[in-house]
Amino acid sequence: MTAAAPAVVELDQVTFRWPGQSANTIAIDELQLRAGEHLFVRGPSGSGKTTLLNLLAGIHVPTSGRIQMLGTDMAALSPSRRDRFRADHIGVVFQQFNLLPYLSILENVTVSCAFSQRKRERAAGAVEVKATARRLLRSLNLPDELHQSRVAELSVGQQQRVAVARALIGSPEIVIADEPTSALDADNRDRFLDLLFHEADAQGCTLIFVSHDPELSQRFEHVMELADSAPRSAV
Amino acid sequence: MTLLRIALKSARFRRTSLLLTVISIAISVTLLLGVDVVRKEAKGSFLNTISETDLIVGARSGPTNLLLYSVFHVGSATNNVGWQSYETISELDEVAWTVPISLGDSHRGFRVMGTTDDYFAFYRYGNKKDLTFDNGKVFTEVYDTVLGADVARDLGYQLGDEIVLSHGLVSVDFAAHDDKPFTVVGILDKTGTPVDRTVHVSLAGIEAIHVDWQDGSRSGLQLDAEQALKFDLTPTSITAFMVGLENRALTFRVQRDINDFESEPMSAIIPGATLNEFWRTISTFEQVLFVLSLFVLLAGLLGMLTTILSTLNERRREIAVLRAIGARPTTVVMLIVLETLMVAIAGCLAGIGLLYAVLAASKPLVARRFGVDLSLGWLDSTQGLILLAVIVGTTMVSLIPGFVAYRRSIQDGLAIRV
Repeated sequence: MTAAAPAVVELDQVTFRWPGQSANTIAIDELQLRAGEHLFVRGPSGSGKTTLLNLLAGIHVPTSGRIQMLGTDMAALSPSRRDRFRADHIGVVFQQFNLLPYLSILENVTVSCAFSQRKRERAAGAVEVKATARRLLRSLNLPDELHQSRVAELSVGQQQRVAVARALIGSPEIVIADEPTSALDADNRDRFLDLLFHEADAQGCTLIFVSHDPELSQRFEHVMELADSAPRSAV
Repeated sequence: MTLLRIALKSARFRRTSLLLTVISIAISVTLLLGVDVVRKEAKGSFLNTISETDLIVGARSGPTNLLLYSVFHVGSATNNVGWQSYETISELDEVAWTVPISLGDSHRGFRVMGTTDDYFAFYRYGNKKDLTFDNGKVFTEVYDTVLGADVARDLGYQLGDEIVLSHGLVSVDFAAHDDKPFTVVGILDKTGTPVDRTVHVSLAGIEAIHVDWQDGSRSGLQLDAEQALKFDLTPTSITAFMVGLENRALTFRVQRDINDFESEPMSAIIPGATLNEFWRTISTFEQVLFVLSLFVLLAGLLGMLTTILSTLNERRREIAVLRAIGARPTTVVMLIVLETLMVAIAGCLAGIGLLYAVLAASKPLVARRFGVDLSLGWLDSTQGLILLAVIVGTTMVSLIPGFVAYRRSIQDGLAIRV
C-alpha cells in the first residue's frame, strides 16, 4: 500500500442536517481511506453514527461537502444509482438482526447478489455463487452442516459471522460494520474481529468499523472520533 | 435469487396471518361468484318458465297481470274469455295449436287448473323441455287429475288417491266440491316452474263440479258425480289460453288481430317479452345482493390491509437488510405488492374451489327443491371480470402499505429499528 494509491473513501467538509433542524448531525472536515485500510469510528450513542452509515452507504447525501466513494461523487448519482452502487461495491454488517429469518444460512449469504450483477459475477468466478458462499462460511468457522439451518438455530455470534459472509461475498471494495460486536461477549468479540480482519484483508477490502467501545480501537490503524458535541459545535 | 423467490419465501414465513387473509378473500370471492351464479340461474329459470308458446290470450288486461295469473297462477283474472272466441281463434289458419286454461278452484292451497290433454303435449319450459310423468299418465276421465311434483310431494299423494277440490282460492269446508272427488292418475316430474304447484284436471271436470253451482255458491239443486256427467260439459268460458303459431314471424300480426278482436275485448301477450319486462322490474334484488357481496369483499380487503400494515412493523428489519444489500425503495414496494398479489391469486383460486364445492354439494338438493339444474361449467366472462376486479382491487389496496414501506425505507435507511 503506497501513499500514491487512490483514495477509496474520501470525505471533504461533509455536514449533514435533518430538514427542519438547526444543528448539524454530522460535521466531518476530512477523511481519506485507501484500499485495504481499516478505520475505527468511535462515538457514543446519539453522535450520528447511524447517519454517517447512511451517508457512506449512499442512502442520504450530505447537506454540504463532498463524499467520494471509489472516485464517484455520491451526491451526483440519482437515488437509484446510489442503491445500485451500494449493491455493487459495499457490504454492510449491522449490530444485530442481520439475517432474513425466512432464508436458510446459505441463502442469507447469496441473497447479497440478488441486486448486483457485478457481485454475482465476481462471486461466481470459476465456480458458482453458492460454492463461494460455502467457502466464505467455512472460513468464518461455520461448518457445512449449518448452511441449511434456519437463522433461529444459530447463536448471535454465528449470526454475526453469517452477516460478514454476506457483506464480503462478491468482493465489494468497501465493508461498513455498525457495532457488529456489541451483542457478543469478550471472547467471541475478539475471535469475530480476527475473522473479520482476516477475510477483509484476503479480499483487500477497505473496512469502516463503527463502535462506541474504545477498547477495540487499538486494533485499527485509523481512528476517527465522532464527538458527542459535534452537532452543537458545528453550528 | 429473484425478487419473486424472496417474496415467496417471506410470505411462507408469515403463512399463518397470510392464510387468514387468503381465507377472507376466498370467502368474498365465493360470495361474489355465488351471487352471480344464483342471479343467472334465477333469471334463466324465470325466463324459461314457459317456452315455445307464442302468445297467451286472456280478457283485456295489462300484460303483467295476464302473465301472472295465467302462467304463475298469482292473482286472478278480472274477466273470462268466451268459449266462442276461443274456438274462433283456434280455427285461424295461422294458429297451429291452442291450449285452454281455466282457473278459479284450489286444493289445500294449490291452484287447480282446468285444461285439455293438449296441455301436456304442447307446454314447454326451460330449453324446449316437455312435461314428463314421474308416475301415471294424462287424465282421460272427467274426474281424473294430474298433480304437479310439489303437490304430490307436499301432500303425500300417490296414484289412485282421491282428492276433493275447493271452490275459490281459500279452502273452507262449506265451499268444498266434496260430492265430486277426483282420482290421481298422474304425477309430473319436477320442472322448477309453477306447474309443480298445480293440480291439473280436464275442462269437463271443472264444468262437472260446477253444474249445480250458481254465482259462486251451491244452488238448491244437488247433483251427484254420476248425474253431473249427463250434462253438456263444454265450458261457456275459460280464463285464458295459450297459442302456438304455424309461423313465428306472424306473432305480431296475430297478436294485433287478437287485440283488435271485435266481438270480445281480449289481450294477447308474447310470454318471453313480458317475462323479460317483468324480470327487470323485480331484478333490484339481484343488485342488492351484488352490492352486499361487494361490501363483504371490501371487508375482506380492509382485513388484508390491516394485516399487511401490522406486519410492516415487524418487517422493518427485513426491509433495512434488503436496503443494505442494494434494494431500492421501489423494490421494497414491489415486494409488498407481489406478496399481496400472491395472496389475492391464492384467495381467488381458493374462492373458486369453494364455489364449485358448494355448487357440487348443493346440486342434488337444488334440483330436487327448485327443479333448477345447476351447471358446473367454466366461469363465464362476467365471473372472469369479477376475479380480475378482485385481483386489481387487492393490488391497489396493497399500494397503501407499499407507500408506507416506501416512506419508511427512505427515512430509516440502514437503521434497524426494533
